[in-house]
Amino acid sequence: MATAVMTRLDPQSRAAARGWSDLSIRNLFILPTIAFLIVFNIFPLIYSLGYSFTDYRASTNAPANFIGLANYRDLLNDDFIWNNFIVTAKYVLVSVSGQVIVGFGIALLLNRAIPFKGLITTLLLLPMMMSMAVVGLFWKLLYDPSWGIINYVFRLGDFAWLSNRDAALYAVAITDIWMWSPFVMLLSLAGLSAVPKHLYEAAAIDRAGTWYTFTRITLPLVAPILLIAIIFRTMEAFKTFDLAYIMSSQDTTELISIKLYKMAFQEWQTGKSSALAYIVLIMVLAITNIYVKYLNRVKER
Amino acid sequence: MAHVKLSRITKTFGAHTALRDLDLEIRDGEFFVLLGPTGAGKTTTLRLIAGLDKPTSGRVEIGGVDVGEWGAAERDVALVLQQYSLYPRYTVRQNLEFPLKSNVRRLPQSEINDRVARAAKTLRIEHLLDRKVDRLSGGEMQRVSIGRAIVRSPRIFLMDEPLSNLDAKLREALRSELKDLQMKLGATFLFVTHDQIEAMSMGDQVGVLNGGKLVQVGTPYEIYHHPRDIFVAGFVGSPAMNLVDAEIDDRRIRIPSARLDLPLDARGDGRLGHVRGPVTLGMRAEDIHVDPSGPIEARIYGVENHGVEKIVTLKTGELIFKATTSAATPTEIDAPLRLAWDQGRMHAFDRATGTSVSERAARLPELA
Repeated sequence: MATAVMTRLDPQSRAAARGWSDLSIRNLFILPTIAFLIVFNIFPLIYSLGYSFTDYRASTNAPANFIGLANYRDLLNDDFIWNNFIVTAKYVLVSVSGQVIVGFGIALLLNRAIPFKGLITTLLLLPMMMSMAVVGLFWKLLYDPSWGIINYVFRLGDFAWLSNRDAALYAVAITDIWMWSPFVMLLSLAGLSAVPKHLYEAAAIDRAGTWYTFTRITLPLVAPILLIAIIFRTMEAFKTFDLAYIMSSQDTTELISIKLYKMAFQEWQTGKSSALAYIVLIMVLAITNIYVKYLNRVKER
Repeated sequence: MAHVKLSRITKTFGAHTALRDLDLEIRDGEFFVLLGPTGAGKTTTLRLIAGLDKPTSGRVEIGGVDVGEWGAAERDVALVLQQYSLYPRYTVRQNLEFPLKSNVRRLPQSEINDRVARAAKTLRIEHLLDRKVDRLSGGEMQRVSIGRAIVRSPRIFLMDEPLSNLDAKLREALRSELKDLQMKLGATFLFVTHDQIEAMSMGDQVGVLNGGKLVQVGTPYEIYHHPRDIFVAGFVGSPAMNLVDAEIDDRRIRIPSARLDLPLDARGDGRLGHVRGPVTLGMRAEDIHVDPSGPIEARIYGVENHGVEKIVTLKTGELIFKATTSAATPTEIDAPLRLAWDQGRMHAFDRATGTSVSERAARLPELA
């Protein structure tokens, strides 16, 4: 196709005068990106798949021995790894559902004619634009038991959020909710404003109450876009590393990505950690797939 | 079923006045059509009655009760819109059940099933009941939307250009179906349209709205044959009434643009004998006919063949006008044709105010 277009290049056109067709210019722009992706993403991905079947340690000069599926077998039989997964699942559940409730709630409040709506929306979006590490450090200060503002405002005395084994994970999740609810809000707002006004009028004429209208009209129409927000947030939450790593070092906040980091760069078990990375990848893909299947069903309905 | 009365309604949107001092009365069981061009205030009137908007001033009464403070739900009206407003992702049945299932008026399931079945039968959509509304054609969607109105048996049916999005054939079919339905239910209908054919064919009463004012209310016959002003005369009827500048004096009628100057005959005298001075003269195309001894000598400018008859555009002097001829009349473009017109069916309008001077006050329908 590309050559066909080039051979038919109009001799009067600027492309001909230049000696370059538009298509070749397009390719010229795309190629560096593709090369970059192959060198820094695709190649390591495949290379690490090879490592995951070996006992390779990047810290020693010893050659990598092929050990088959031993890494995978060890990992899946390791109770500590399973505990990391449970912690991660808890974290994903709490933070994503929190974001949906808060984000969608704010979107509902904003979806009407109010003064300074644009300004309010922009201000609410700010947390999302900050760096994870900065947010983590900020909230560490906010949670501080002796002079943090949170304990001061809620009169919690010297409750140590981040060093409390039970509370730490929730403290991190709350930070994540604060940071990413605006994202859910933004998508929900787009979905809500796309619901035609005449449907609400028809419902009002049909004597539908507020709740009835919300569950029968608003929710079904916003569901697909809300689900997209949930997919994105689930994937991100599953991979969370920086926020939890910066804020707390409890074993109850050791998410799977933190475990992975420790295994790879503190214990230097390169082969085994590659295998763990692949297990995580497969899990994320599986979860996303379930969501996408469900999303397609919701859209078809 | 109910009587609707609007008194001295004014509605403004910012600086724009949509309705000015509107008085309107719709009798119980009447098919009332509100006719007017885009932006005349038809939809605004309907939304005020539905309770979706509140008038800036004036009184809305339904069944003799002032409903000014009532919301849309309490007024017990049904609304059918041009864009159908079906609830997406639900089946036809779920759409029809929707108004019956809200907690304001929870009905027992057997009653709901019964009503849905009856409505579906009336509108002949029984075979569609379990289909998703997204998979319906325009005509089917509009039927469902009407069905959703009738399951409730509301006091008034409000319809906002419900047929405008349909193709010509379907529009024609649904027009007579709607009229039948209204007679069968004996319900009060307020039907808003910009299509004068819909107004003429369906309405018991037609109200012509222009620029936020109700210009004339009457039966389709009255609106067509006795237009109260030049707007109604020009808006109602297809082809539109021929309107020309003329002068009437001394029992003679002069049309400068057609270089015509002839005496009023006995019928013309009966109609316009009392008029003097410059007027805008109105003649319907069907009142001008081919007559070898007629006073007008014109050339054929264009022909629209409508099967039963032809609508011929003619030119004489600088005047271009339309006449209806039988389908058998030969109509070559540019061929000369002699015509006459029925002077007893002329209309004349005051050039400054546009009000009819040919209609005697006694023959005009009273404004509600």
